[in-house]
Amino acid sequence: MKPRPFDYAQPDTAEEAIALLAEYGDEARVLAGGQSLLPMLNLRLIDPQLLIDISRIKELDVIRDLGDKIEIGAAVTQNKLMAWPQLRQKLPLVAAALPYVGHFQTRNRGTVCGSIAHADPSSELPLALAVSGGEVVLSSARGTRILPASEFQQDMLTTAREADELVAAVRFPVAAGQGVGFHEVARRHGDFAIIAVAAAVENDKAIRVGVGGMAGRPMVRSINGNAGAAIGAVVGEWAEELEGYEDLQASAALRRDLFRNLGPHVIAAATKAARKGEA
Amino acid sequence: MRRVSRDQRTRVTLTLNGRKLSADAEPRLLLSDFLRHALGATGTHVGCEHGICGCCTVMIDGVAQRSCLTLAVQVEGREVQTVESLAAPDGTLNPLQQAFRNNHALQCGFCTPGILMSFTDYLARNPKPTTEEIRDVLSGHICRCTGYAGIVAAVEEVAKSVP
Repeated sequence: MKPRPFDYAQPDTAEEAIALLAEYGDEARVLAGGQSLLPMLNLRLIDPQLLIDISRIKELDVIRDLGDKIEIGAAVTQNKLMAWPQLRQKLPLVAAALPYVGHFQTRNRGTVCGSIAHADPSSELPLALAVSGGEVVLSSARGTRILPASEFQQDMLTTAREADELVAAVRFPVAAGQGVGFHEVARRHGDFAIIAVAAAVENDKAIRVGVGGMAGRPMVRSINGNAGAAIGAVVGEWAEELEGYEDLQASAALRRDLFRNLGPHVIAAATKAARKGEA
Repeated sequence: MRRVSRDQRTRVTLTLNGRKLSADAEPRLLLSDFLRHALGATGTHVGCEHGICGCCTVMIDGVAQRSCLTLAVQVEGREVQTVESLAAPDGTLNPLQQAFRNNHALQCGFCTPGILMSFTDYLARNPKPTTEEIRDVLSGHICRCTGYAGIVAAVEEVAKSVP
């Protein structure tokens, strides 16, 4: 199908993009990579008055090392981040999650920030941001605010972004040498995950574990990594608590079952990676 | 700042397979339709129109991407390569195309243009991929004829010929 008609603007700077957002608010949609937005337009699920194309804004196409954090601008594609030489060392969880994001061809265009702003409940980058304890930089004509992932992410396709705000960047804390695990279950590699699980070892006791596809947003909790066989029971209880949801791909019961089974494996992978890192 | 209103047709100039071309497009026109209908480059096929099937994949500035998820106005000044760029002017197939032929990597051929463009980009970055890596790239395409085995074999043949 083809999109309904819309006006198109290609601002040259972030400031111009923000001015358009201030003027149009929720009548406008920001186009970065378009790998979620264009399907929604083509299927006529949305009907914006204006598209603000930020894909050519150079100042947003930057990966910045802030010392304790890595900032990824709104125009940075997923494959550009994947090819960043320091990724595996500084952001091991993001490095583990990125190969699961869409396909080679969609990562060539899809952006890191776009995926996080779109907030699909089972998508990988919002989950990695939540488990990493990352933050989102929101810019508007009123100023800039920085929200932790836990405040930014609210529900299915719903975030704390106001209509006049641009997701200008996201920041992941540097986690050099962190033991991590990531895995998901999807009908076909690269499709939307039914369940995605991420784990990152915090210290010798606690592991931060997150799950996508069980609720409207990624859910995160710290689990005692030394619990051994009890980890299975902890994950099982958590799965019951979250309940899961039903859609065309899977029933809530299947989601719980997948999480119950996949969770302990991902946690074990993270623990193993952490030991390897120490050795 | 470039601005185009919904009912306005704007001139889009691009380099298509080495030739500089221009045509008019309204903002909502997809690159896939622009290539086929405005520029007559019908080698690029259109399947699902929401980024799943991969048959409309082209290269923009050397990077493989979905032309159905790109607006025509977005390729202003860019270099677009489609399947028409692969064979020599006399019709001689390039090594990737020849390998597809050798390995029965196509039957109806509808999905083939996109797959060829994906691997043209991918093999330029990674000339000797593993079978797993080939399958990973191929997961971005749907082929209903071949069962994919022939396509994997074709790409492996090209990879093997790399010294």
